[in-house]
Amino acid sequence: MIAVVDYRAGNLTSVKKALDHLHADAIVTNDPAEVARADKIILPGVGHFSATSILDETGLRTAILHRIQQGVPFLGICVGMQWMFESSTEAPGIRGLGLFSGACGRFAPSVKSPHVGWNSLTCQDGSRLLRGIPSDSFVYFTHSYSAPVVKATVARCEYGGEFSAAVEQNNLFGVQFHPEKSGAIGLKLLENFCGL
Amino acid sequence: MLTKRIIACLDVNAGRVVKGVQFQQLRDAGDPAELAAAHSQAGADEVVLLDISATHEKRATLADTVCRTARQLFIPFTVGGGIGSLDDATAVFDAGADKISINSAALTDPSLVTRIAERYGSQAVIVAIDAKRMNGEARFEAYVRGGRTPTGRDVVAWAREAEERGAGEILLTSMDRDGTGAGFDCELTRACSEALRIPVIASGGGGDTQSFVEVFQRGKADAALAASIFHFGLHRLADLKQELQSAGIPVRWPC
Repeated sequence: MIAVVDYRAGNLTSVKKALDHLHADAIVTNDPAEVARADKIILPGVGHFSATSILDETGLRTAILHRIQQGVPFLGICVGMQWMFESSTEAPGIRGLGLFSGACGRFAPSVKSPHVGWNSLTCQDGSRLLRGIPSDSFVYFTHSYSAPVVKATVARCEYGGEFSAAVEQNNLFGVQFHPEKSGAIGLKLLENFCGL
Repeated sequence: MLTKRIIACLDVNAGRVVKGVQFQQLRDAGDPAELAAAHSQAGADEVVLLDISATHEKRATLADTVCRTARQLFIPFTVGGGIGSLDDATAVFDAGADKISINSAALTDPSLVTRIAERYGSQAVIVAIDAKRMNGEARFEAYVRGGRTPTGRDVVAWAREAEERGAGEILLTSMDRDGTGAGFDCELTRACSEALRIPVIASGGGGDTQSFVEVFQRGKADAALAASIFHFGLHRLADLKQELQSAGIPVRWPC
């Protein structure tokens, strides 16, 4: 069972709909006990980094971290991925999970913000999440903050500088774009995650 | 590279897609869910469903239409037309829309923009502006109620305020060009695009490929909306994207 974590900041309908389309066994939940039982966890998200503070308050942070340590595949989407880093300048007081080093920051003033639309990926070989998704594939982004390129980066994107479009390390996965809104490429990515 | 978006707009009346010539002589063009999926297949980067139902009774089918359409659509999906309150917006989001578009209600009560953005995020709020040239000059006035009522508001000033209040994108329609196919109003589009940090979607006047090339190059549009030109020829959408690519406009192609 895949737990899609509801922390009142996600486009849960869209993610659940895409998983239903793939015939995945998924539930939307805000219950730490359900998360503790899940075989896979997806943390969606659009909106403000500060919304993730509710994960601390509700015990979901602890449940998610515990399950991650047990090796369960975890996928963070958009703000969900940013939360996997240490922090974001969008909400300096809020701590991320710190699974990847570095802080998320704003785009350069030379480009429009938010970054909205279809942009291309530069993918690295060997990613399990991006299996069958070639470089230069287009995916849909909508965000004002982005994560730096780190060792775990498996896909980069260019917009006023390079940022992490996808990260992957062992059972940890994150995407800045919205696979549930990225047509056939996005569905392929979700299918890859479901099949891990 | 971030690509320029081609957004397909479906006008919906009482749960059916209609095609009209300047809102006259509406013809039935099919089922919204089927047509939205077909547009996505053909290469549309987003789909906008605009409810043009004249009466409250006819609007009752909207949530069902949105729900059915969203179920088989895996690209961004915007719903607009008659959204006048946070409750209206909530009903549309719950039914599966990714973004909502508000027009008259935002001008009547600009705080509505902020309230929807605080709940659903700025990326989910598009403020639509119907713009008309003042005395043929390069100044534009915002109109409401389907373009029937002038507001006295300068379009660029209102767009700036909408951005400050939390709008994530501006959908800018030239009333002078709408339905003419004579090309987008590049002057209008550029004035807004240069004044804002958020993306501007150009609408009204889209016709041949050159009109799209111009609105992206000269008008500095981030996206262009094509209302009814695709309904009876989806091949046109694929052709347009290929032609734009050949003309050096970055587009998502092949999809």
